[in-house]
Amino acid sequence: MAQAAIELIGINKSFGAVRANRDINLDIARGTIHGIVGENGAGKSTLMSILYGFYQADSGEIRVGGQPASIKTPNDAIALGIGMVHQHFMLVDNFTVLENIILGAENDALLKSSIAKARSELDRLEREYGLEVDPDAIIEELPVGLQQRVEILKALYRGAEILILDEPTGVLTPAEADHLFRILKQLKEQGKTVVLITHKLREIMAITDTVSVMRQGTMVATRETRQTTVEELAELMVGRRVLLRVEKGEAEAGAVKLAVKNLTVRDSRGVTMVDDVSFDVRAGEIVGIAGVAGNGQSELLEAISGIRHAVSGSVMLDGKPIDLTGKADPGELRDRGLAHVPEDRHHVGLVLAFEENENSILGYHGDPRYLKGPFLNVDAIMADAKDKIEKYDIRPGNPRLKTANFSGGNQQKIVLAREMEQDPGVLIVGQPTRGVDVGAIEFIHKRLIAMRDQGKAVLVVSVELDEIRSLSDRILVMFAGRIVGERGPEATEGELGLLMAGVERQEAAQ
Amino acid sequence: MSTPYAKLPAWADYGLIPLINLSVAFIVAGFVVLLVGENPFRAAIILVEGAFGKGTGIAFTLFYATTFIFTGLSVAVAAHCGLFNIGTEGQAYIAGLGIAIACLSFDSVFPWWLTFPLAIVASALVGALWALIPAYLQAKRGSHIVITTIMFNFIAASIMVFLLVGPLKPVGSQAPQTRNFFAGAELPKLNWIIELFGAKIRSAPLNVTFLLALVMAFLVWLLIWRTKLGYEMRTYGHSPKAARYAGISETRIIITAMMTSGALAGMMALNPVMGDQHNVAIDFVSGAGFVGIAVALMGRLHPVGIVLAAILFGMLYQGGAELAFEMPAISRDMIVIIQGLVILFAGALEHMFRPYIQALFASFSPRSVGMEAVKGKGA
Repeated sequence: MAQAAIELIGINKSFGAVRANRDINLDIARGTIHGIVGENGAGKSTLMSILYGFYQADSGEIRVGGQPASIKTPNDAIALGIGMVHQHFMLVDNFTVLENIILGAENDALLKSSIAKARSELDRLEREYGLEVDPDAIIEELPVGLQQRVEILKALYRGAEILILDEPTGVLTPAEADHLFRILKQLKEQGKTVVLITHKLREIMAITDTVSVMRQGTMVATRETRQTTVEELAELMVGRRVLLRVEKGEAEAGAVKLAVKNLTVRDSRGVTMVDDVSFDVRAGEIVGIAGVAGNGQSELLEAISGIRHAVSGSVMLDGKPIDLTGKADPGELRDRGLAHVPEDRHHVGLVLAFEENENSILGYHGDPRYLKGPFLNVDAIMADAKDKIEKYDIRPGNPRLKTANFSGGNQQKIVLAREMEQDPGVLIVGQPTRGVDVGAIEFIHKRLIAMRDQGKAVLVVSVELDEIRSLSDRILVMFAGRIVGERGPEATEGELGLLMAGVERQEAAQ
Repeated sequence: MSTPYAKLPAWADYGLIPLINLSVAFIVAGFVVLLVGENPFRAAIILVEGAFGKGTGIAFTLFYATTFIFTGLSVAVAAHCGLFNIGTEGQAYIAGLGIAIACLSFDSVFPWWLTFPLAIVASALVGALWALIPAYLQAKRGSHIVITTIMFNFIAASIMVFLLVGPLKPVGSQAPQTRNFFAGAELPKLNWIIELFGAKIRSAPLNVTFLLALVMAFLVWLLIWRTKLGYEMRTYGHSPKAARYAGISETRIIITAMMTSGALAGMMALNPVMGDQHNVAIDFVSGAGFVGIAVALMGRLHPVGIVLAAILFGMLYQGGAELAFEMPAISRDMIVIIQGLVILFAGALEHMFRPYIQALFASFSPRSVGMEAVKGKGA
């Protein structure tokens, strides 16, 4: 086997009493693609941050190319030929591609010579690895897939031999992801080493040579990708067997509960985000809206839940219209049986600084059950919170704990418990399992299907195609603010992927 | 990665850390004293003795503390709603007008216990109304509350100067102030409480407003943590988006919080006006509104913390005055420097020592930081 590009020996890192990494040993062979999988909080990002110099290990040794290395800052890492592509891009939006690439690597007070040098270097890199990007394009005008390419170019420009990618496909369409994988394979053929951090097991299977699994700060296994299966990896990640696909019976769709007609929404700059969208959601069915993030799904959800102004169109809840002027009282909609699990639980669905019990009444805090005159009925709120904690297996089961101290999955359960326990007629859910670990995903999916089976109308918006396919009775695909297609749950991933990329629409137009 | 540092037990969070911050502030202040050629230990003794050594000192300290409790609570209520009310100064100042009207109208007819409630309502009302305008502009027009409240401080000051050198000044008087109130608007002193403990008091302005301040501190606690309104304020303060989602009206909550804040600021005026000077004079607030910001920050926006921080600042005011008197090399401005250091270390640099203390705690007893429990057992 090839020589190791990176060796981590006995790495330990604690934050206070939390041991984020314990005794991690890892060899990454030169010229391979090495995947690292694990649930949120398993310690993947901490480990990579140590490798890239954001953090320092409490103990342990890093060897790069066989030589012991001391990596104290990202600059040390770059000097050793380690480059990183972050989950959230570190680009200046209003700079050009070229300006972003030289940022931090300018070798002169005047930019002119740096730019000239960068241009020729970029040219070479683009030819060598098939990473075509217009060097003079402004970043914010580029689609995310290309922005990511700029991040990769940035690392290569700095001489990276080892490239770390943190959850690179979260923002990409399936087609863009495929393109990224081709690029990574090309990099591998040129002798570069790629470390891929992800929680998507399919990607690991598709592209990596070797895969390491982390759980609760330890490295639990390293496998040759060819010799493992998705099921085995999932089990290693969670520590028990998980159902990757929920089982559900046929939907028995009833009356129309939510009717959206010709809805158009513009954002604050006047750009049309939702363009003439119409659909129905019936009692007893789950309608899933698929699409790459940023194609108007968020705005659609906000308009339906009365917190965003719509330009035109109508939304009927049980045959009665919802105020779309943006002045609707979300409290009134709740009274009418519309429950909303927002996409952004950190800023919208929860107040992270609140205690768990305080969040379990958010939006329903005016309900007489929780009040004694103008005062909060603390006993009733606590009893109610404990009840929900029990029913939804929220851990740790302490209603006095600050919400920020719960894991992502448990935070999501707090929101779901609050909204579902109000027994709404219509439930709209944005990104039900974003940032949620595998174990909790299974639980949340089961709950959503249970809601459906109780005869509720459920609308789910998710960027996870697997989730949409697994949950939905009908799938709508959104692209550039429009619904570009409706499919049944049997639709293939490829078919939906094309719709999500807007391909069918362009073909139809020709 | 998201929670790099574990939680501290409450006593360390609310007791140990402020104590360390305060100690550092005094050590640095000690160097300043050393720099002007005085003995810092003697200075510290004079300061503390001046504030707490004699009955009179204690009474003065608590008198100043009363003022700071009101302004601190005022800043805190707004801050819980995410609003930085810098206008406490002006709201308190203009509230003097409300008190003047109540007192000058009734001081010759009513006893103090009838004038006092009227003056409370008048001061709160005027303070609240003065805060209403910036609140409305913020809620409806998006004019930044920090800017508008600062400007309203200047407007309040100008109006008060105009009134106190004009309409409110008795004819023939040279001083820019109202006539002195009669006994019907003079609040009883509380010095006898301190005398119960055996201390002697010559004359000190501590009065019943101190008790009102403690009552208001309790009511603020009740409002913020035990009412629906307080819940809504805190929701908006932490996350306006979450408030929108929860159906909380932005306009209503901003205006309510600011008017409550203004009312508390206004009540501050009762203490110097009815409790001490017995008239409304120019510049009677003299910066107490701004001290309120420091008091609120240092008290971590909690009424108990605010009362304690107010007493600390009361001590700095009273002890500082003694110090300037006893040590000629230490001028009034030096006292302000020491106060500034306290604000710097206890307010602005509040988190400076926190990571080290947390690391220390974690190494002593991993259990006490409670993160294992937070993570749960996994599945």
